[in-house]
Amino acid sequence: MKIARTGMVSEPSPAAHEEWRTRAPVIRADILRILGRALVIRQVDAGSCNGCELEIHALNNPYYNLEGLGIRFAASPRHADMLLVTGPVTRNMEQALRIAYEAMPDPKLVVAVGDCGRDGGIFGEGGAVCGGVSRVIPVDVTVPGCPPPPLALLQGILTALSIGERR
Amino acid sequence: MKALGAATDVRRLGGEVAAARALVTRGEDWIDAARAAHESKGRLVSLWGAERPGGQPAVLAAYALEEGLCVVELALRREAPSYPDVSGLFPAAGRMQRAVRDLHGIDAEGARDKRPWLRHEPDYPFVRVEGDGVHEIPVGPIHAGIIEPGHFRFSIVGEKVLRLEQRLGYTHKGIDKRFEDFTVAEGHRLAGRVSGDSTVAYAWAYAQAAEAAAGIEPPARARWLRALLLERERIANHLGDLGALGNDGGFAFALSQFMRLKEDWLRANGEAFGHRFAMDAIVPGGVAVDPDPAKLAAMARHAHEIEIEVRGLRDIFDEHSGLQDRFITAGRVTPELAARLGLVGLGGRSSGQAFDLRVDHPVDPYRTLKVKKVVYIAGDVAARVHARFDELFESVRLVQAIVAGMSAGEVRVPLPTPAPEAFGVGWVEGWRGEVLVALEAGRDGRIARCHAHDPSWHNWPVLEHAVIGNIVPDFPLINKSFNLSYSGADT
Repeated sequence: MKIARTGMVSEPSPAAHEEWRTRAPVIRADILRILGRALVIRQVDAGSCNGCELEIHALNNPYYNLEGLGIRFAASPRHADMLLVTGPVTRNMEQALRIAYEAMPDPKLVVAVGDCGRDGGIFGEGGAVCGGVSRVIPVDVTVPGCPPPPLALLQGILTALSIGERR
Repeated sequence: MKALGAATDVRRLGGEVAAARALVTRGEDWIDAARAAHESKGRLVSLWGAERPGGQPAVLAAYALEEGLCVVELALRREAPSYPDVSGLFPAAGRMQRAVRDLHGIDAEGARDKRPWLRHEPDYPFVRVEGDGVHEIPVGPIHAGIIEPGHFRFSIVGEKVLRLEQRLGYTHKGIDKRFEDFTVAEGHRLAGRVSGDSTVAYAWAYAQAAEAAAGIEPPARARWLRALLLERERIANHLGDLGALGNDGGFAFALSQFMRLKEDWLRANGEAFGHRFAMDAIVPGGVAVDPDPAKLAAMARHAHEIEIEVRGLRDIFDEHSGLQDRFITAGRVTPELAARLGLVGLGGRSSGQAFDLRVDHPVDPYRTLKVKKVVYIAGDVAARVHARFDELFESVRLVQAIVAGMSAGEVRVPLPTPAPEAFGVGWVEGWRGEVLVALEAGRDGRIARCHAHDPSWHNWPVLEHAVIGNIVPDFPLINKSFNLSYSGADT
């Protein structure tokens, strides 16, 4: 009953999210062209405040219909095409992040999420933090924001995919 | 605060929070204060180390007493500084004392566990459980889902958990030290990023501390808007966690439904406050945003709609025997155990620990709003689920009451430069539990030292007890029912 009453909330919805409507098929086509299959992401929190994780969770809600786009999160880096890393990278997570990166099969894409993933953000560099993700592993794309909202995350993922195509 | 016994030089602190500070120089006075707090049924809120102006080491403890918060500061000698262990009285102090040792080289005399906590080195000596058929499952630091990092070491027989030992600290960012790179006027941004899901609670606690240090009061409308933000944060987190709890109980429908409602809620935040989690909305001196009346009215209507939806979902939860079978008796923490270990916040209130700062030490507007305290005694996942539903509905009522009761006026006053050594505290009942910020100003308006404390410090060790005797597949459910912060406790 509840499911029937709720109906489909998955966007694109009319007018208000028109930009998203035009983008979704583009993303799907890009993923299919580049990878020929679904994009599998392994997310790693390398020391964030958990704000970015909240938005990555939100990306999985029915509005963004992520699985409908062929994007899915995996539990193991060995199954992943892309590492989605939030920062700042702490000294205590440096090794674990490196191991996760090395465990991924080639070709591997890395998206650094948020201002902290970019350069350490408000936590800076030094002391207990290494700083941005690129201090530890190679990064293809950084998505700014504190935290970046779900649509920005999706755009970041797409940007990394188009880089993958250029390689 | 007479409860502190022999402690001398007790001074009332200014600001919104009923608080006092006692400076002591002898270890006996430190331990006397801890005993007095313990005997008067007080709670240890936080324990941390600091460098006093001039570089003298010190250790501080904050106790929740009937009259309010009392901060006891023990000045230490420079050579091999140490202080008497209080973890015998307050077990939650154990990890905090280990952290003080890691960060400041200050030793807790007589403490049983002196393993490093935040300072990670290879070959951490986990406690081993031995016996026929006992084996270990190591989990983390990187977990299977989209979760913060930490390590769990399960010792199990078959599916049954004999022991869980946590090793945290992976997200340690040195936040207390980092505060010293900011001015008192800008530190709220860092405070708001100690634990992202509690950004409002931290920013409010920081603002209280900064305003106390600077000797100002925020305008009335700002206080009401702060409470509005805090209750909105509580609702957002309960929505997300109720969905995740259903999902961990094998009921994916709940996740889709609750995450849909949460998304609506966050989008409304974005429209009214310019940020989906209202980060940086609370600033020292007031609030940075004042939504127009139309947006506030929409907020009250939206709260009403969410309540109707969630009441329907609660009925579905209650009538779902499979889900209830997973919830009831899972991860039980008895009120006796909760009291002994110092379980706080939502988890504590689900195990008979009836503490809620909004009721026990209310500031404006909670004095007027009269929050209804939610208390359960069963202490299992089911109790924590009930508590979340009840608190969500109470917060819906509060959102509506705040919108209806708020007066017009300014929302921000300038923050004067606090005098060097001006000290203030902030103490806020976040959705997870009590958040504490203790701040001391330095020269030129800079932060001399600042400590931010998360309730997860207290509740993580209790989770180790909550899972004993449960089966491994119930761990994610039990863990989610508390949903503790890694970043907040690792700081």
